Amino acid sequence: MTINQSGWRPEAPQNDGADAAPTFTGNRALMLEEPLLFEIGSTDRTGVDFDPAPAAPNRLAGLERGKIGLPGLSEPETVRHYTRLSRQNYAIDLGVFPLGSCTMKHNPRLNERIARLPGFADIHPLQPISTVQGALAVINLVGEWLCKLTGMPAVAMSPKAGAHGELCGLLAIRAALEARGDARSVILVPESAHGTNPATAAFCGYAVENIPATAEGRVNLDALKARLGPDVAGVMITNPNTCGLFERDMTAISEAVHAVGGLVYCDGANFNAIVGRVRPGDLGIDAMHINLHKTFSTPHGGGGPGAGPVVFSAALAPFAPLPFVEKTKDGFRLVEEETMEDHHAQSFGRMVAFHGQMGMFTRAASYMLSHGADGLRQVSGDAVLNANYILRQLEDVLDAPFAASGPCMHEALFSDTGMAQGFTTLDIAKGLIDEGFHPMTVYFPLVVHGAMLVEPTETESKAGLDQFIGALRSVAERGRAGDENLKSAPHFAPRRRLDETAAARSPVLAQKRD
Amino acid sequence: MRYLPLSDADRGEMLAAIGAASIDDLFVDVPAAARLSGPVEGLPLHMTEMAVERQLGGLAKQNLAAGDAPFFLGAGAYRHHVPASVDHLIQRGEFLTAYTPYQPEIAQGTLQVLFEFQTQVARLFGCDVANASMYDGSTACWEAIGMARRITRRTKAILSAGLHPHYVAVCQTMAKFTGDTLDTAVPSLDGAGDDMTRLLSAIDGETSCVVVQNPNILGAIADLSELAEACHANGALLIVVVTEPVSLGAIKSPGEMGADIVVGEGQSIGVGLQFGGPYLGLFATRDKYVRQMPGRLCGQTVDADGKRGFVLTLSTREQHIRREKATSNICTNSGLCALAFTIHMTLLGEKGLRELAAINHARASAAADVLAAIPGVELVNTAFFNEFTLKLSKPARPIVRALADRNILAGVPLGRLYADAALENGLIVAVTETTTEEHVATLASALKEALA
Repeated sequence: MTINQSGWRPEAPQNDGADAAPTFTGNRALMLEEPLLFEIGSTDRTGVDFDPAPAAPNRLAGLERGKIGLPGLSEPETVRHYTRLSRQNYAIDLGVFPLGSCTMKHNPRLNERIARLPGFADIHPLQPISTVQGALAVINLVGEWLCKLTGMPAVAMSPKAGAHGELCGLLAIRAALEARGDARSVILVPESAHGTNPATAAFCGYAVENIPATAEGRVNLDALKARLGPDVAGVMITNPNTCGLFERDMTAISEAVHAVGGLVYCDGANFNAIVGRVRPGDLGIDAMHINLHKTFSTPHGGGGPGAGPVVFSAALAPFAPLPFVEKTKDGFRLVEEETMEDHHAQSFGRMVAFHGQMGMFTRAASYMLSHGADGLRQVSGDAVLNANYILRQLEDVLDAPFAASGPCMHEALFSDTGMAQGFTTLDIAKGLIDEGFHPMTVYFPLVVHGAMLVEPTETESKAGLDQFIGALRSVAERGRAGDENLKSAPHFAPRRRLDETAAARSPVLAQKRD
Repeated sequence: MRYLPLSDADRGEMLAAIGAASIDDLFVDVPAAARLSGPVEGLPLHMTEMAVERQLGGLAKQNLAAGDAPFFLGAGAYRHHVPASVDHLIQRGEFLTAYTPYQPEIAQGTLQVLFEFQTQVARLFGCDVANASMYDGSTACWEAIGMARRITRRTKAILSAGLHPHYVAVCQTMAKFTGDTLDTAVPSLDGAGDDMTRLLSAIDGETSCVVVQNPNILGAIADLSELAEACHANGALLIVVVTEPVSLGAIKSPGEMGADIVVGEGQSIGVGLQFGGPYLGLFATRDKYVRQMPGRLCGQTVDADGKRGFVLTLSTREQHIRREKATSNICTNSGLCALAFTIHMTLLGEKGLRELAAINHARASAAADVLAAIPGVELVNTAFFNEFTLKLSKPARPIVRALADRNILAGVPLGRLYADAALENGLIVAVTETTTEEHVATLASALKEALA
């Protein structure tokens, strides 16, 4: 145990009947319980040494801080505390992480090394431009790759994540429509869309209307055409869509929307399925965000930071946000507020302080150069191959609602149809945890009952996939047979099923002060 | 290709199992006209690890790293020493390569860290609760204005002249589309009291919130208690922005001064400069507003065996449930940066944070005296933490550029942030524990020469 000054022990009963061999600590060999920082640290302990402060006049104007209540730990205690916590996480480094629509691929460690070079990690965003030419060159490099890979003429690099990229795209659409004196009020979103799409459209002040799906899991083109009109600002389409299928009618959708004066936003969350093989610009779209943390392997970090650059068509490029990098004969310049008057005066403005996720750009640049155009083509090919392999190996035990219509893209969609009475997708997911895998995305997309969306990515070996398929097959068979043991899974994880209702009913969001 | 495990033999076996002749056949749903027959044109082919390192390493060398020069930049991003163990711990694969804790039974590591993070941020800011982080300080600032609109059902926000101009710009961009009215102003190099008077007189029954930064863009600190009272008397909320959280080891927290929402940029603690991102948006408020708060939240609960555990909670505010009725469209937080913040804050503890803040203040105070003694230099602020503004006898931007050519990174000229000619002689100077007396002497002698 960590030095335990407070005498803390796990509060919960550990020696109930279920535990055949209770231990004093509550630990189970390598599975270690770890108290909260607030139970082991103290405000007089620290893991950092400082030189004494020099003598100088106090200029705090009498605003001195009283007691704060922040416990500290020495360095060895800190390292042990967070190392122990890390071991309670599943991660890509441990095995298949098949979260559909999240693209949990291997994170190359070269990227981490590149991002930490002092020339990238230790530069200030407001340094004189002459001292950051290499950084601007990296932003420009990643931007050029994204433009070429998507077949689009312009890119905004500053959005901080996918949903922020959506916002960027919709703000450009709105600015473009207003510039032509044609403010419109409605954004159409397929019912299979990720929840951020309607949330973003509403955030920009649009009314959101759903477009129904066909029985094949694609956008219903006739229903879309029937709804189009002069009040429609645009559509937000995810392609490949959230059912893991390519929208065959994408070009027709774009043409129909353009014909009534609207614009086409494409959610690029699933770009990994087509990178290097299909350029979205060839399908008539006007704006698309690229999740660098998906297709271009920047680490997911337990939930961010992400990066969501947006590529634009010529129609939307003039409205792209500030700042952006421009190549001139004398090197790179940064177009910001005080330089925008000379051109790009139609920009819809700034979305973030500074210039975007530089630490993600360096990692993505490393990934792009490592793979090259040929490697990226193989990436999408292998990602789609792996997903189809899973689909075909499991469609006999798991209902695959759209499997009959042909190959899937980078993710395989199943439903819980066929499970024994009372057994659901949740039970399958928790059963997979006991098998040593992170579950797939569950209950999304909403258009399928008890959806299970499996995205293996290209960085899984065949042996790894076979093991995963074997585990999911076994769990699915137990679900079909009504194995009661599955209902109480997981049994072997650091925690059993957690009471989410109690957490929401009376929220405890911070440790109470002593 | 070193990142792709499938061999050609594997691919052949898998295609046979699927019943497809080739990988290209799997793309049958893509219209033939849109299918590329080979690698995208105009891009290079794959490279070895060594070659990538050589190319990008070359670009890194074209930048002047802060550690290689006397360095005085702040204005929303600060250079602090980050202990080696922080970077070691955040690179553990179990943290680095995990995702949003959708399956809490196998994500207790990330979740417990978030609970610790939320508690640290709440205590640092003097608030009851904090969320699990946001993109950065500027976007958190806009989210706070949106939250104030939802709580007060009013749309007029009054922004302090001392609010970081990029933050103001972000809010202006968003307000154009949401219909909020923003009352803004630019700072002045003469008369520090003007802004407080302006804010106090602008608050009325239509005001949703007042947004004030402390320390402000010029580095000045102020007591906000009277402003908080004026806000509350009119049914408005006080939003306080903190871009330098280290300051809260020395100065009174916004919560103690009466703030209703406190947002900030957490980059100073654990994250590093990184040319502006990724950074760490901090967001805290009072208990009574928690259901109006945007962003992810981690909460404590128990598992089926009664053991304490943590989950993401109150997700009925979020977009995957609420879709177009969500409190925000944000889907992600800044998890790894929050982890770095938490670890660094744990290493510091209250003792370390106070010492760190004391050194920052003392070094800045001493440097201000040295620089203000130069002919043609005037110290604008009377009260500050680790950052202050100088009014030079000449425009600051050309001087900063000229000093950069001599490998001195002199500070942030106000001309970089404002088009206003009245501010062009202003120079924001930040001094932290990483700044030495030699650095200050070098800057002083170069400034003296430039102003002579």
